[in-house]
Amino acid sequence: MTAPIEIRSAPHVQGAKTVETIMRHVVYSLLPICAFYVFQYGISALASLVVVTAACLLTERFFVRTGTQAGRLSDYSAVITGLLLALTLPPGFPLWMGAVAGLVAIALGKALFGGIGFNVFNPALVGRAFVQAAFPTAIATYTPSFLTGRFTEFIPSSLAWPLMIPADAAAWLKVKNLDALAGATPLAKWKFDGVVANAVDLLTSLSGHMAVGPAPLLILLCGAYLALRRFMDWRIPLAIIGSAALTAWLLFAFDPARYPNPFFMLFSGGLILGAVYMATDMATSPVTPKGMWVYGALIGLLTVVIRYYSGLPEGVMYAILIANAASPLIEKITQPVPFGRSVLNRRKRATYPLNPGYISREEAGAVTPKKRFLPKKPKK
Amino acid sequence: MKLLSYFRGEAFQRGVHPPSCKLTADRKIRRLPFPPKVTVPLSQHIGKAPRPIVRVGQEVVRGQPIARSDEWLSVPHHAPLSGVVEFIGLRPGMRGTWIESIVIRAHPGATQEDLWGRPRDLSQATGQDILQAIWDTGMVGLGGAAFPTHAKLSVPKQAKVHTLVVNGCECEPYLTCDHRVMVEQSDDLIAGIRYAMRATGAERAIIGIEDNKPDARSVLRDAIARAGTLPEGEIFAELVPTKYPQGAEKMLIMALFGTEMPAGGLPIALGMVVSNVGTLAALGKLLPAGQGLTERVVTVTGSGVARPGDYRVILGTPLKFVLDYAGVPAVHALDARQVILGGPMMGQAIGSLDVPITKGVSGVLVFRREDMQVRETRQTYPCIKCGECVESCPMGLNPSTLGMLAAKREYELMGERYFLGDCFECGCCTYVCPSNIPLVQQFRVAKQILREKAA
Repeated sequence: MTAPIEIRSAPHVQGAKTVETIMRHVVYSLLPICAFYVFQYGISALASLVVVTAACLLTERFFVRTGTQAGRLSDYSAVITGLLLALTLPPGFPLWMGAVAGLVAIALGKALFGGIGFNVFNPALVGRAFVQAAFPTAIATYTPSFLTGRFTEFIPSSLAWPLMIPADAAAWLKVKNLDALAGATPLAKWKFDGVVANAVDLLTSLSGHMAVGPAPLLILLCGAYLALRRFMDWRIPLAIIGSAALTAWLLFAFDPARYPNPFFMLFSGGLILGAVYMATDMATSPVTPKGMWVYGALIGLLTVVIRYYSGLPEGVMYAILIANAASPLIEKITQPVPFGRSVLNRRKRATYPLNPGYISREEAGAVTPKKRFLPKKPKK
Repeated sequence: MKLLSYFRGEAFQRGVHPPSCKLTADRKIRRLPFPPKVTVPLSQHIGKAPRPIVRVGQEVVRGQPIARSDEWLSVPHHAPLSGVVEFIGLRPGMRGTWIESIVIRAHPGATQEDLWGRPRDLSQATGQDILQAIWDTGMVGLGGAAFPTHAKLSVPKQAKVHTLVVNGCECEPYLTCDHRVMVEQSDDLIAGIRYAMRATGAERAIIGIEDNKPDARSVLRDAIARAGTLPEGEIFAELVPTKYPQGAEKMLIMALFGTEMPAGGLPIALGMVVSNVGTLAALGKLLPAGQGLTERVVTVTGSGVARPGDYRVILGTPLKFVLDYAGVPAVHALDARQVILGGPMMGQAIGSLDVPITKGVSGVLVFRREDMQVRETRQTYPCIKCGECVESCPMGLNPSTLGMLAAKREYELMGERYFLGDCFECGCCTYVCPSNIPLVQQFRVAKQILREKAA
């Protein structure tokens, strides 16, 4: 009788975390953000989220079925791409253009490279970069948040027929007597009109009639959940926010009349969403801890530079895409120093394997120098 | 990612915390009955196998040397049973290959006392005498690596040892044999430590114990107090925070002294020698009695075992005999599906129950199908570069990049630029990998290929 016992290579136990659990928790953490986004913009935002995510899932399914890319549909990664992409698009973005964005995101951003884990650029940002180039007017047209009737009425541009130019949102807003607010995000207003919005309003996104994206405060909270559960690396968002704040603060200190305050820079536009959810995309960021700091710092710096000196009001997307491209190089130059190698470099005297008295007893220290680890001795 | 570990105060960076599952920590060590037949493989340790010095049909008594070699990295074997040598030749070994072994059939009705050994007085013996005595016992590291102990404890002329580090960490989940030995054989352990201190010339000894076994420390501190002031020096028992792989000597030295052991070096470069508690406790018992190593303590546990516990097992006992006694009713039935020699993180899964218990086997784990922590039911994904492996590698390597290079068969690059040789195969990277990539297995293959190329 042959033994039905199984032979496998060690280790024979395994941690609980899988790709699915990581991705699923990212989706969970995105749900409050999406809910608040729908609360801000009503059914147009809901339709946009649903259509873009569906487009991503269908495209993913096609490529997985045809065997073009690795992974499978149940890994939730396409859902993340879809939700993130929809959150970066304006709420009144024509739905057919959203579907195109989703298709491009998966097809060109992911399947082209071989699927999950192989992509070089963040798929959601590839999709967004494509529609930014293809439909520049539609993507620049934001409508104010908290409009009355947002749950009963679509923003007219949402329902444009495929391949048709959407209706002008300005005309629709004029009917609602809101033309003064039409079509400009806080960043665009600062860039083109020199108006700096209040940072606290931007952070909470609760003040009505502002044309803003998802609420930064909520994103930070959801990101903190992910970081504490260790589903996301905390270094990258911290590095981005720190480096963006530092760069913006330096420029602000240099010339406060020309540059806005750093808080405005942090909480306007997509910086927080990009820092927490886009730049931390595992496949496109470095794996080494040191590399994560460099990568994050690069994104923060690039974002502020693009915002200040380019023709565009927003810069997060290009900053992240450029850093994605630089990620393999960053990783290469920030390899960790293995255990015991730094000692080798520090002490050139060392000859191996033997060097008498290499570290003397006095040098090796007391019994346990790390006394803080030891439980306190009971008092007699 | 390990935001909290900075505040938690951990002894060394990285590493993992597998669920500990020390089911047998509170049970006393029991003796397993003598089997009717034992198989003594000649190659049980790192180094050259000794040659048999008995012939088929010869009567042997328990404790009598049956194999011997003059090679430095080789130790003698002693007859675990009184009986008749029945066969000398190839028998199945734990790694799937057949190895030269001596099979001894027990005399029915023999008392099985250790008849060969003769008590001796080592109080005046020099370090060299003690090393020779250790060599004669056939002692190897009982922690699992099975490195000959006399070689480990001998200090080259140009080096000097100030500290003997005694490894009582036992970081592998499930295993409790070292824990029980520390609790039940504390006096033997202290005696063994004293012999080792005299052999190495160390003036102090530090027993590092993980803080999930505080009882072991209090027992050992009592035993140290009983021993009083020693001429050899002082002995300390200290707790270190629990974490895998603290049983690795580099990690233990880091935890105790905060000193990084230089890469490619031995503890002797720091003036230290590391030995396992099981080894020293056995030495403390065997050396004054003048006996050879014929038995060891093995943890038999896992979800498929009805009577888990730590057993004192005769070396060479067939695994099937051990499992029958420990209550594995049907290994061959479908409910027990995996048998592992050693711990779950680094142990060897075996396919045949005819293999014997050897000097390096610290545990026998039996998992039932429903409790098996199965890797193959999980979907394997491409590396998503989450960085978990980089965060967990105690050697500070980059398993993610190494894994990708292994898939491309760039073995030279792995060795030259990414320090593959520093990997000691603890399996932390594979344990945490969410994509279920068999990283450590790839590294083993790569190291083997590099070794073959170098040869």
